[in-house]
Amino acid sequence: MADYKRPASEEDFHQNFAQKKPLMNDTEAYLESSRCLFCFDAPCVTACPTGIDIPLFIKQISSGNTEGAAKTIFDQNWFGNACGKVCPTKVLCEGACVYNHQDVKPIDIGRLQTYATDSVISSGKTLFKPGASNGRKVAIIGAGPAGISCACELRTLGYEVDIFESKEKPSGLTLYGTAPYKITNEEVLAEIEYLENSLGFNIHYNSTISTKEQIEELQSNYDAIFLGVGLGPTAKLDIPGIDLKNVEGAVEFVEELRMKQHEVTVPDRVIVLGGGNTAMDAASETSRMGAESVILAYRRSKEQMGGYSFEYDLAVSAGAKGLFNVQPVRIVGTDKVEGVEFIRTEQKNGKLEYVSGSEFILECELVIKATGQAKMAPFFDLIDGLELDSGNRVIVDSESFQTTNPFFFAGGDSVNGGAEVVNGAHDGKAAAHGIEAWLNSQNS
Amino acid sequence: MADLSINFAGIKAPNPFWLASAPPTNSGYQIMKAFEAGWGGAVWKTLGVPVVNVSSRYGSTDYRGSRMVGFNNIELISDRPLADNLKEIEEVKKYFPDHAVIASLMVESKAEWHQIIKDCENAGADGLELNFGCPHGMCERGMGSAVGQEPEVLKTIVEWVMEVATVPVITKLSPNISHITDPGLASVQGGTDAISLVNTFKSIVGINLDNYAPYPDVGGAGSNGGYCGPAVKPIALNMVRELASHLQIKGTPISGIGGIETWRDVVEYLLLGASSVQVCTSVMHYGFGIVREIEAGVLQFMDDKGYDTIYDFVGKALPNVKEWKDLNLNHKVVATIDEEKCIGCELCYIACEDGAHQAIGLSGDPGNRTPYIIDDNCVGCNLCSLVCPVQDCITMDRRDDGKAEITWAERMANNDVPTTFNDSRAGGLGHYVPEPSLALKKNQK
Repeated sequence: MADYKRPASEEDFHQNFAQKKPLMNDTEAYLESSRCLFCFDAPCVTACPTGIDIPLFIKQISSGNTEGAAKTIFDQNWFGNACGKVCPTKVLCEGACVYNHQDVKPIDIGRLQTYATDSVISSGKTLFKPGASNGRKVAIIGAGPAGISCACELRTLGYEVDIFESKEKPSGLTLYGTAPYKITNEEVLAEIEYLENSLGFNIHYNSTISTKEQIEELQSNYDAIFLGVGLGPTAKLDIPGIDLKNVEGAVEFVEELRMKQHEVTVPDRVIVLGGGNTAMDAASETSRMGAESVILAYRRSKEQMGGYSFEYDLAVSAGAKGLFNVQPVRIVGTDKVEGVEFIRTEQKNGKLEYVSGSEFILECELVIKATGQAKMAPFFDLIDGLELDSGNRVIVDSESFQTTNPFFFAGGDSVNGGAEVVNGAHDGKAAAHGIEAWLNSQNS
Repeated sequence: MADLSINFAGIKAPNPFWLASAPPTNSGYQIMKAFEAGWGGAVWKTLGVPVVNVSSRYGSTDYRGSRMVGFNNIELISDRPLADNLKEIEEVKKYFPDHAVIASLMVESKAEWHQIIKDCENAGADGLELNFGCPHGMCERGMGSAVGQEPEVLKTIVEWVMEVATVPVITKLSPNISHITDPGLASVQGGTDAISLVNTFKSIVGINLDNYAPYPDVGGAGSNGGYCGPAVKPIALNMVRELASHLQIKGTPISGIGGIETWRDVVEYLLLGASSVQVCTSVMHYGFGIVREIEAGVLQFMDDKGYDTIYDFVGKALPNVKEWKDLNLNHKVVATIDEEKCIGCELCYIACEDGAHQAIGLSGDPGNRTPYIIDDNCVGCNLCSLVCPVQDCITMDRRDDGKAEITWAERMANNDVPTTFNDSRAGGLGHYVPEPSLALKKNQK
């Protein structure tokens, strides 16, 4: 049933993971940008978490000022290029396009955005410069979208910025956690390199901050700290057999896939556990890696899945099959996975209940748990006075992104519980201004 | 089915859809192809004196996604040998004896005019068109628009032509003049059989922002070109109308030219008094095949309205083109927005707010982007309905009782006109205009 052959080379891999939003050529961009109505108080802008002036940048493309368009985009969002590709535009800007109300195809905003930003990233032309040094230093923990956005914004304000990143490459889940058909590694890294070259922040790779001593040292060397640490590994699923070989977390699977590409071998039969977007991605990806059978198993109904319906459709079109109202109760196998035992579920009086005696076993050679990421609560315990909410999310001021310990600011997944690149980009930028306002108020 | 055939000042053709004298009529090959495609006539690319052309030659005005909404050229008259052109005229007439082949001419002296007319008639041309229009190149040599802009000179040359011509003569006018009726009248006084208009408008379509040369770029420089295409249609339509309703000109057949691409354009020209049309830019854009759409549309229109020939409706709109003073001041329309169709772009709001009469409001509720009309402020200007991107979403609904009509001319006659700005009869008095300071963001709630 697999539509995809197992990729034997990097070329095969890129073919199986063909970009969903390929780079527009000049003609496409000209014609598509010409369709924009230039709405007043445009709903696409309101729908964008970073508030990019979309009608403006589209008119700039249309009038032959692509560089100006790129500037308009980066002015609001330092991840402008990546967001054009990885944002769920169907439910954000493009979903808000007024054309939808007359069943006219909405403007292809994401691809226009990438087109504009790609033009300056490819040419290397610098649009932004660091601000005059103000003598202040900020440490940022985590080089994901929030951390890098915060760094970029702080650089324009004249801060010296050091980012401490535990991995060996930047941009967090944009690189390590995004489905490969949304954006390539090269594209992700090119944008970061462009920003680094323009603004000159320092990223210290393989530099995990995990002790109280390290944090205290940062506190004594810097004027403020921004936490863009994201979430932890895939949360533990407490069922028998979960520690068998070939039971993997979705986050870990995607990371390995993105780094090793065609060198990853996916067995014939795969079961993905979960109903969120990461589960959809994992199902799509294993199908594209040539698995013969991919079952996306979710404990509730199809309608109750947390993932976007278009992501589910994409997984199905790649060859995955949905299996709903099934709860895994045991991973079957002696040394490595041989199958998953499920019990059927049903909704009764608003509660999910098991259907007794409905247990069954589905055979497989790989189980991917897409059952959510663990929170970084143990890390946050290292910081005095930093409070978390009941869902272990860092509590921040909604405008300044200052935590309950005023020296620390935070944004991205650790604050919102896990959202999009664009949300991290917004938080980081806003936090930079929060830091600036707080430090100014300290001095006055 | 309706009959499209025409007799235009003695020139017979199977239909009124002709090709204008231009690059598409540069050769017998092109014209035969056009006739086979369905065009009823063709005005040959202007014959005259030997010329040399430049490269490049054409420039375009693009508007957003649309190419060539306006088009200009700095190409001169035919640069092919006269003998070749004459031979091909003869050949085309052999294949298409019932189609109209008209020779466009541009020479200088009386003797040259007399000679070339004789040559063209001998070749079998059904008519002659005098090119007094080209606003580039040839005018610098005392021809083209240099003639069209001097009614006295124009009249003299028409007289020379009429001394010898035995086939119908069409005088083609330049629009680069304050009053089109001046050369129009001169051509009639000179004895022309018919008039065609418009030739192209003096223009610069744009400047190259790297080398500062106008388009079309000839080695870092350019020249004013002749502008045509869809963008000029409204101006040309009015010029046709001015001639068709002029007391001393009306009755002279008019061939309408300027931005024609669809059947609708053709019908509009006919309704304003043209009885044949000439097309160039849209053929240069899409090829001869566009005549299929034109013919089908005109026939459909004639069948729908019950017209047997085009003469049943030529000039039919002329009585409705009045002077402003004769318009009904009691007529009142107000905009209505169809909430079902509205997509919430709010273009009508901002157009009215910034560009017109502040007669459209917003709900203030982020969940409701449908603007509303403030009836008391709406002057019925149409702007909102013009900017609305949705078909038939904003309509202009009539609000007067349709009975008592009164015009400015009648009010003048009745001595019923405002004499001071505070006169209760003055316009605009009841219209709400916000205080200037309310424009500033800090003064808005």
